[in-house]
Amino acid sequence: MPTEQRLRLIAVLALVMAPHLVRVPVWVSLFTGAILGWQAMAAWRDWPAPARWLRLRLLLALAAFVGVYASYGRVDGQNAGVALLMLMLALKLTETHRHRDMMILLGLCYFVVITHFLFSQEIVMAVFLGLAGWLITACFIDANHPGRALPIRDLLRRSASLLAQALPLAVLLFVLFPRIPGPLWGLPSDSGASARTGLSDSMEPGSISRVALSDAVAFRVEFEGDPPPPAQRYWRGPVFWSFDGRRWTTGWPGRFLDAAPDYRPQTAPIRYRLTLEPHDQDWLLALDLPARAPANAYRDAAGSLRTREPISQRRAFTLSSVPDYVLQPDSPPDLLDYARRLPGDGNPQARALARQWRDRDAGPADVVTAALTRFREQPFRYTLQPGALRGEDRIDQFLFDTRAGFCEHYAGAFVFLMRAAGIPARVVTGYQGGSPGLGDYLIVRAADAHAWAEVWLEGRGWVRVDPTGAVAPERIESGLGGSMGADEPVPYLARGGGDLLRRAQLAWDWANAGWNRWFLAYGPERQRDFLAELGLPDVRSMILALTLLLTAVMALIGTILIWQARPRGGIDPVQAAWLRLCRRLAAAGLPRRDDEGPLDYATRVARARPDCATTVSALAREYVAIRYRHGGSRQQRRAFIREARGFRPPGGPRRPARI
Amino acid sequence: MALTQRLRARTRAWIDRRSPPQTGPVRIHRRRLYILPTRGGAWFGLLLFTMLLGSMNYSNSLGFALTFLLGGLVLVAMHHTHRNLLNLTVRAAPVGPVFAGQPALLAVMLHNPAGQSRLAVAVAADDTVDAQDDAVTDIPAGGDAICRLSLTTRARGRLPLPRLKISTLFPMGLFRAWTWIRLDQSVLVYPRPAGRAPLPPASPGLVEGADRHRTGREDFAGLRRYGRGDPPRLIHWKSYPRTGTLMVKQFDDPRQETLWLDFAMVPGGGVEPRLSQLTRWVQEADRRGLVYGLRLPGAEIPPDRGAPHRDRCLRSLALYAD
Repeated sequence: MPTEQRLRLIAVLALVMAPHLVRVPVWVSLFTGAILGWQAMAAWRDWPAPARWLRLRLLLALAAFVGVYASYGRVDGQNAGVALLMLMLALKLTETHRHRDMMILLGLCYFVVITHFLFSQEIVMAVFLGLAGWLITACFIDANHPGRALPIRDLLRRSASLLAQALPLAVLLFVLFPRIPGPLWGLPSDSGASARTGLSDSMEPGSISRVALSDAVAFRVEFEGDPPPPAQRYWRGPVFWSFDGRRWTTGWPGRFLDAAPDYRPQTAPIRYRLTLEPHDQDWLLALDLPARAPANAYRDAAGSLRTREPISQRRAFTLSSVPDYVLQPDSPPDLLDYARRLPGDGNPQARALARQWRDRDAGPADVVTAALTRFREQPFRYTLQPGALRGEDRIDQFLFDTRAGFCEHYAGAFVFLMRAAGIPARVVTGYQGGSPGLGDYLIVRAADAHAWAEVWLEGRGWVRVDPTGAVAPERIESGLGGSMGADEPVPYLARGGGDLLRRAQLAWDWANAGWNRWFLAYGPERQRDFLAELGLPDVRSMILALTLLLTAVMALIGTILIWQARPRGGIDPVQAAWLRLCRRLAAAGLPRRDDEGPLDYATRVARARPDCATTVSALAREYVAIRYRHGGSRQQRRAFIREARGFRPPGGPRRPARI
Repeated sequence: MALTQRLRARTRAWIDRRSPPQTGPVRIHRRRLYILPTRGGAWFGLLLFTMLLGSMNYSNSLGFALTFLLGGLVLVAMHHTHRNLLNLTVRAAPVGPVFAGQPALLAVMLHNPAGQSRLAVAVAADDTVDAQDDAVTDIPAGGDAICRLSLTTRARGRLPLPRLKISTLFPMGLFRAWTWIRLDQSVLVYPRPAGRAPLPPASPGLVEGADRHRTGREDFAGLRRYGRGDPPRLIHWKSYPRTGTLMVKQFDDPRQETLWLDFAMVPGGGVEPRLSQLTRWVQEADRRGLVYGLRLPGAEIPPDRGAPHRDRCLRSLALYAD
C-alpha cells in the first residue's frame, strides 16, 4: 500500500473516532491514539512490523476485552460497545495491508460514524456525517486505485460527485422507505445520552427548583390555531398521589390503576404538535387536559399521558387538549379515600390548622379558599433559594417558620392541608408557561418546570388549584423571570428581554426546531401523515412509489453516465474543411483518388485546372503543414478553415472528366 | 471434482460462444459488459443491513440518513463501475515471433474515446493460458494506454491470443465490471532451439571449380564476432587489442560452400527434437553468416542467408506439420 494512501486512511480513522474520545475511558483514548500515532509514524518512516506482532496483537485484543469489561462491567451495550469498537479498529489497522482489509476497515469507518448518532443527533452531527462520508468515500476511491496514488483534490472531487449523485436516492429512501415503529430488540439500558435535566418520578422540596435552574429545552409546541393565553399553559406531567412525610410519589393509583378517568369537555379541543426532548421517562407532557392518547401512549389514572417505553429519543406527537373540563365528577370512592391518605403522624401544626378550617363547618371549596388566602396574606416568599428544610415536620417548618419556597413547597403543603381537612387532593407536576420562539412555536424550558395541586370537589370533579399563583401571580402570567428578583439565580433565557445574544439564541433554537420537526421527528407516524397528504395512504403504495422513483432516478443517472462515456465524434474541423474542398473539386469533375495524398492531388488539380492552381496548391500545402507537421496555431487553423470553405472552383459543377 | 471441472469447461465454452474472436480494435459494448458485486461489496451490503436494523431499533434519523446515503452510493457506484469500461476500444499490437519456452510479450492497447478519464482498468489474460502478471492502468480522456502481459509459450506453432479479461473495480471496489475479448490474432512460436549435434559438413557451392581460399580485398564485407568453428586465419588480429573481442573477417563470396540443413539427416528420433535441432542449426548458421538451405519432408527452402531467409526457415520449422 502506498505511504500516502496509508497516511490518508489513518487520518480519516482518527477523524471518525475523534468525537468518541470524550465518551470512552481515558485508557481507551490513549491506547487508540498511541496505535494510530505509531502506525502513522511506521508508514511515514517505513518501519517494519515488530517481531512476533501477530501474537502480541492477539494478546492486546484479549486485553482490550478484559479492560472494557473492567471499565464497564460488560462488553455489550452502547458505551462498552463503542469503546470495544475503537480498540478493535485500531488493532485492525495494524494488519491492514491488502485491498481486502482496506475495504473492511473503511466499511467500519462508516459504522463508527453511525455510532455517534446514538449519542447526539444535533445539526452539527449532520455536518459531521457529510464531512466524514466525503472523506471516507475519498479513501474508498483511493484504495481502489492501485499503483500511483491519485492527488487528494482529485479524490475529493470524485468523492463529492459520487455523494452528490447518491443524495437524491438517499432522500427518496429517507422519505419513502417504510418506517416501522419501536425498537426491534430493545435498547441497551445505557442507550442515549446521559445526564438529562427534567422532572423526575417523585417530588420533594428542592426537586423542582433544581430543574428550574436550567435553560435546557424540555419540549417545543406548535399550535394549529392561536396558542392559549399564558395563564392556561399548564403542561400536565406525572401526578403524585402518595406522601410518606417527605417525598411525593406516584403511589398505587398511578402505578396499578389502568382505568383512564372520564371527563366532560367544556370547550372545543385545541390541536397542537409537541416535540419532546428525550427525558428517559415514560410520561408525555400535554396541555391540561389531554383529550386522548396518541399512538403508543395511554392516559393513566390521573388523566396524564404515559408511554410504554421511556422516551430516549426526541419524538414528536400530535395531541389535542381541552383547556376547560370537568374531570371525573363520579370518582370511585376508593380512589378518593386514597387521595385523603396521610402518614400516621408528623406535622401536627398543619394538621391542627386544617382541622380548625374543617371545624368551621365550611364546605371544601371554602377550605381551599382559606388555604389560598393564607398563602396570599401571610408573608410567604416565592424563591429559588428557600434554604433547606430539616427534621421530621418539614411542612410545619415551611408553613409556620421559613415561609419561603418554590412551587413544590407550596403544592406539597397545600395538598397536605387539604388531605388533613379531609378533601381528596393530589400533586400535579409538569411545566407552566413557555416563551415564543422565532417561528410560530412555543419553547418550554426546564426553567418552566412547575408543580400545582388538584382537589376533588363534589360535582366539579378534580379542580386545578395553583397555590403558587396565590403567592406570586406574576409567575403564572410572565414565567419565572418575571416573578423573581434580580438576585435570584434565574437562568439567562428565562429572564426574557431582547438583546442580540438572546435573539441569536432564538434563531439557533428556531433552526433546531425545524431540524427536529422535519428531520429527527420523521418517524412512522409523521411519515404516515406526510405521505397520506401526498396521496400515498399505505405501505404498499409507499413501496410502489419508492420503487418507481428509485428506478427513474437510477435510469437518469445511468443515462447521463452512459452519455458521458460516448465516443467523442472526433473529426478535426481542419480536416472537415479540407474534405469539403475535395467534395467541391469532385463536383467540378476532379474527384480525389483513394490513393492520393493532398499534395499529389493538388498537383493533379493544378495540371487539369490552371485557373485555380495557386489556390489549391497553397491550401494543400497549408493543410499538410497543419495536419502532419506542426498542428498549427489557432490563427492558422482558423485561417485555413476560412479559406478552404470560401473556395469555389470557377465554372461550377461539371461532369467528371476522364484523366 | 470432475463435476466442477465439467462445469467450468462448459462455462468457458459458453463464454467463448458469447465472445467470438474479433478482428481489429474491439469496442466494449454494453451487451458484453458484465457486472457483479465483489466480496467487498457483499460485506458492505451486510454492513448496511446492520446499520439499517440499528437505525430502526433506535429510531435514529441520522442513522437512517447515513444508511440511505450509503445505499444510494452503492447504486451510483455500480453505474460508475459499469461506465468505467464502456466504449473502450481494445486491440493488441502484433507480437513478434518467439521461441517456445520464451515469454511472448503482449501489448494490449486500450483507447478511451470519451471525454472522461477511465481509472484503474485491469487487463489480464484468461486463465486458460498462463499469464504472468496482469496490468492495471489509467486511460486519459481521448487517450490511450498500453498494458503489457507476458504469455507463456510451450509448443511451436501458431498460438492464438488468449481470451483477454478487461475488468475494473473503480471507484468503490463494491462491484467488478468485466468483459471478455478474443482478438483474432496469434503469435508465431518457433520450436525451442535444442540439440548438441554439430553443424553438418558443408558441400561445395553451386559454382564449380571456384577457389575456396580466395580472399580478394574487393569482396571484403566487414567484421563480425568470432564464433566457435571459425577458421583461425580469418581472425582479424589487428582489432583485438583495441576492442578486446575477437573479430573475424567476412567475405562476400558467391562461390562459398553451401550448407544443407536436412530434416532427414538430423541424428535422433522424434519429430520435435529434430525440429529443435534444426532450429539451433539455423540460428548457428545464421550467426556465422553461412549460406544454408533447409530441407523438410515435402518442403525445401533454397540456400541463402540473412535475416529474412532465417525467419523464413524458422517459420517453416514452426509450422511444420507431419
